[in-house]
Amino acid sequence: MSAEKLIDVHAHFYTARSGRGDWRTVNEARIAAGDQMGITAHVASILGTWGGSSPTYFPSPADVSHGNQAMLELTRAYPGLVFGYCVVNPNYQEHAMVELAKRLDEGMIGVKVAASRRANDALLDPITAYAAERGVPILHHVWQHRRHEWPGQEASDAVELMELAGRHPDAKFLLAHIGGGGDWSHSLRAVRDVANVWVDLSGSGVDGGMLEAVLDTVGPSRMVWGCDVTMGTGMAKLRYLESLGLPPSDVSRIKSGNALDLFPSGVFGQ
Amino acid sequence: MIVDVATFVGTYPYRHVPRTSPESLLGEMDRIGIEEAWVGHLPSFLYKDPAPGSAELLEMLEKGGGRLRPTPTINPGLPGWRRDLDAAAEAKAPAVRVYPMHQQLDPVGASMRELLVAAGQAKLAALFTVRFEDVRQRQPLDAVPDFPPSAVRALARIDDDVRILVTHAGKGFIEEVHFGLTPGEAQRVLWDISWLWGPPENELTNLVGTIGEDRFAFGTGMPLRIPDAVPAKLELAGFSSEVRTAIESENVSRWLQW
Repeated sequence: MSAEKLIDVHAHFYTARSGRGDWRTVNEARIAAGDQMGITAHVASILGTWGGSSPTYFPSPADVSHGNQAMLELTRAYPGLVFGYCVVNPNYQEHAMVELAKRLDEGMIGVKVAASRRANDALLDPITAYAAERGVPILHHVWQHRRHEWPGQEASDAVELMELAGRHPDAKFLLAHIGGGGDWSHSLRAVRDVANVWVDLSGSGVDGGMLEAVLDTVGPSRMVWGCDVTMGTGMAKLRYLESLGLPPSDVSRIKSGNALDLFPSGVFGQ
Repeated sequence: MIVDVATFVGTYPYRHVPRTSPESLLGEMDRIGIEEAWVGHLPSFLYKDPAPGSAELLEMLEKGGGRLRPTPTINPGLPGWRRDLDAAAEAKAPAVRVYPMHQQLDPVGASMRELLVAAGQAKLAALFTVRFEDVRQRQPLDAVPDFPPSAVRALARIDDDVRILVTHAGKGFIEEVHFGLTPGEAQRVLWDISWLWGPPENELTNLVGTIGEDRFAFGTGMPLRIPDAVPAKLELAGFSSEVRTAIESENVSRWLQW
């Protein structure tokens, strides 16, 4: 294992109510693979009950609280290794704001907004303003160029996230999983000049040319490494980046340096 | 030794893809430790007549020093396709690529069946690509459906000599084909692992456990994909050296013994 920090900014875990019998095995597999890969911090969320008792991308308030509580317990089970994003459903504004304040006080270090409401909707404003006030980043689920509605989610694309980012220049956003499906080149055009949005490299996509395009568009200072649900592709992207001949300081920024700056100071033991 | 059964040279019509030359392919093979690659001509899947693309492929691979083995594209809907098959055999191709969905052929129609039988008799595998890209990211004009698992089942049942290599298939696709064939028929099909995910879901490990390591081959999809994903998933799977060697090279060598 490398002594250098490797921070996965986009991880997920499951709970007994996630509708799958192997939930514990999958959680343990993530920790084990992280050990193999040298991951020093998993920053993770649990999206309600993952469809167990309300839809993954439209979680009920009760399921949001359940997922956040389970996530918090995982951070306590793996202190210094697992960290939590507080999930919110902006449609339940009062619940979202109460949950956010409570979970950040309890030790969560970021906000996860998935796909219950478009990113440019006014309902996102109070959540974003509060995240900025508390100094935590928002990992926002993005469908890279959503050309039409897709079932099961009210996904946002990068253009919509940039509208929100433009209204909140003091907030910090992670554009989720550039390799997570969809047209990443469309997202990169949108994010290029928006300085308060970082590109999360996670996702199963390992397209030739994608990482070079991210480098050309936002540069190493706005790239953050992550895996999402496919850790092997995260490992592959890391190795590929290392093969491109970047200065070691740039690789280090992508692996952990930018994340250290984005999240509250000192949470990763730096 | 690693044999990569799924690589290309040439441009991709639907988006810019860097490093599409044989020299670039060889460079990436060296970086990953791949000794030999089966190479298709990428744009040929859209050519009305892929034969000129195959000729260009052979010319491009002359620079490969024997490490780049051609997998020319055949369109069995064209008159005289058997000449193209003969040319592939003469070029010592291990397989021919067929794209019935892009070629607008019935994937289990008479022409496809004739090609599969003829290829088997010529000791050539037929190589099918389920998809080039995830449906979510395709260029709007790229509306061609994925190659279906039902077609693999039907084609694998035709003849003892048929050999079908399927690339870019997901776990569910593989399972429904494998368990939808007799054990003997299933031996005619080999799968690359490019579209199977590692931890935490561990699809590859689970499939090796359920259908056996002997059914898999090492395929990266270069240059459409960065090659690092395939060794990464093998490494994370923690397979024994025997299993890893089987997937990296031995299975495909054994499978091509008629």
